[in-house]
Amino acid sequence: MVFFRYILLMALCSVNASTSYAALTIEITEGIESALPVAVVPFASTGAPVDISAVVNADLERSGYFKMLAEQAMTSRPSSAQEVNFKEWQSLAQNYLVIGRVSGAGSQYDVQFQLLDVYKGGQLLGYKMASSGADLRRTAHHISDLIFEKLTGKKGAFSGRIAYITSSGAVNHQSHQLQVADADGFNPQTIAGSAEPLMSPSWSPDGKRIAYVSFERKSAAIYIQTLATGQRERVAEFPGINGAPSWSPDGSRLALTLSKDGSPDIYVLNLANRSLLKLTKNFAIDTEPSWSPDGSAIVFTSDRGGKPQLYLAPSQGGTEKRLTFTGDYNARGSFSPDGRNIVMVHGSGGSYRIAIMDMASRAINVLTSGPSDESPSFAPNGSMILYASKKGGTGFLSAVSIDGKMQQKLVFNSGEVREPAWSP
Amino acid sequence: MKLNNTVLALAISTLILTACADTEDKDPSLLDGNPANSDGINDASTNGLNNGSGINGSEMGGSNMYGSGSGGASNLGPEFSDPSNPLSKRTVYFMLDSSQVQQDFVPVIAAHAQYLLANPSQHITLEGHGDERGSREYNIALGEQRAKSVANMMKIQGVSESQIGIVSYGEEKPAAFGNDEAAWEQNRRVVIDY
Repeated sequence: MVFFRYILLMALCSVNASTSYAALTIEITEGIESALPVAVVPFASTGAPVDISAVVNADLERSGYFKMLAEQAMTSRPSSAQEVNFKEWQSLAQNYLVIGRVSGAGSQYDVQFQLLDVYKGGQLLGYKMASSGADLRRTAHHISDLIFEKLTGKKGAFSGRIAYITSSGAVNHQSHQLQVADADGFNPQTIAGSAEPLMSPSWSPDGKRIAYVSFERKSAAIYIQTLATGQRERVAEFPGINGAPSWSPDGSRLALTLSKDGSPDIYVLNLANRSLLKLTKNFAIDTEPSWSPDGSAIVFTSDRGGKPQLYLAPSQGGTEKRLTFTGDYNARGSFSPDGRNIVMVHGSGGSYRIAIMDMASRAINVLTSGPSDESPSFAPNGSMILYASKKGGTGFLSAVSIDGKMQQKLVFNSGEVREPAWSP
Repeated sequence: MKLNNTVLALAISTLILTACADTEDKDPSLLDGNPANSDGINDASTNGLNNGSGINGSEMGGSNMYGSGSGGASNLGPEFSDPSNPLSKRTVYFMLDSSQVQQDFVPVIAAHAQYLLANPSQHITLEGHGDERGSREYNIALGEQRAKSVANMMKIQGVSESQIGIVSYGEEKPAAFGNDEAAWEQNRRVVIDY
């Protein structure tokens, strides 16, 4: 048994090593003008397998909030505060400086970094943290989160993960995969693969499980899969549509779409006792449920008025009200983490764009240029929206800030990529 | 000036060392938080791939498993491959955002209904599909409505409900790739699969 475990561990290590590349590269297509100048000096290192400072530099640059100083432009490379000459960094017009060092070897490392204010000549942050060799990238993302929060006042989202669907192959011979990767596209892991379509990944609020739709049995079924073990359970396989799973904020229930009684309606499945609450009872299409952050309401898409529009229903059942009136197609709504906005697919004049609605004023602000944008998903800090686009016969992911000022394109190595979902 | 810098640097380094010492033991989240979780993801994929719990088993990559409209018709009569016979047509196309059967396809559906009436043990699956525009789950619903429109026309002619299965793939199984009307009109369809 001990011998067996050893083999398994070896297998895990080799999988880890072979997938330690970027599945995607991220291009900032539109940055903000007020980006803060920051220099991340390459950390002094005794041969750690991950270049921590390079990961931090890329994270901060990708956020769009910072203008990073190129390594070639640096006139010195301090790794401790004693070596820092603030005047030198002032003359390079840098506001902030990140320095650090990594010591250790093999499986155990100590990572130390400091965030310095170049003009005040003082330290804003100083941390020393232990990290296993395998966790060095994750430690780097934590450093990015700490720096981001210190400088912007907003929580960072660099430690998060994204789930998405990829497809490859010819018409009628496609294969589909549900993958999970770090937020910077590294360490992609396939958690489910099928010759039949996979759809609609939804994270549990604790980030440990993913609900999704699979057609692997030639009809739609909803599965819940635990990431740590790979175990999964089929929780809905009724006649007709089994779609659009969405976790309640407390993790106890799953909103979903079933058409077992005729037309597609919204149901709430209690995961503890498997009871079903039928929320909408309408002859029209009702689908794409998504919970408000406090769990009291569910936004969904319905064509009961003739065209798809967003509606809101109390999650215990009750009077439904229409939310959107602008444009002839508003679908796949989901709340921002603070509950103040709803992001949606907004169709108008044959173009489908990502739009955000202010729940107080009900004003709609279109954020993207289309023509075929879909599946918007908020970052856990609420600052960015990840979505899928289609152009030139392929699908890719993009991100846009909630004010629309900053845009990024996430370019995967191959295949179509769609339905991104940012982990909590 | 030089002295000032040295004093400043000394002061800062003291500050930093204090900060480091403070945080080293105080922030267990950095040691126990997400780094530990990341192992979980690796496990998931490995287990998911290795234990072959249905999804990665025999179905994966099995190119014979696809239910395309033209496949699996070998046991059907010659009328299904005679281009002048409406039974040779097994795809019904639809307009944008519509599940209404167009006049052109009424004879095709009627011919299949007649065949099913004459062969009550024959079962078909109506596969509903949509083009890529709009949201995916809404397109699943639209695809089902299209398949139900075809099923209802067949039932009106007397075909038993038990002979007809319905599945909607929405935009997930396109007949044509591409982001233009030429591809879209091929994808808004119901496939009559014997």
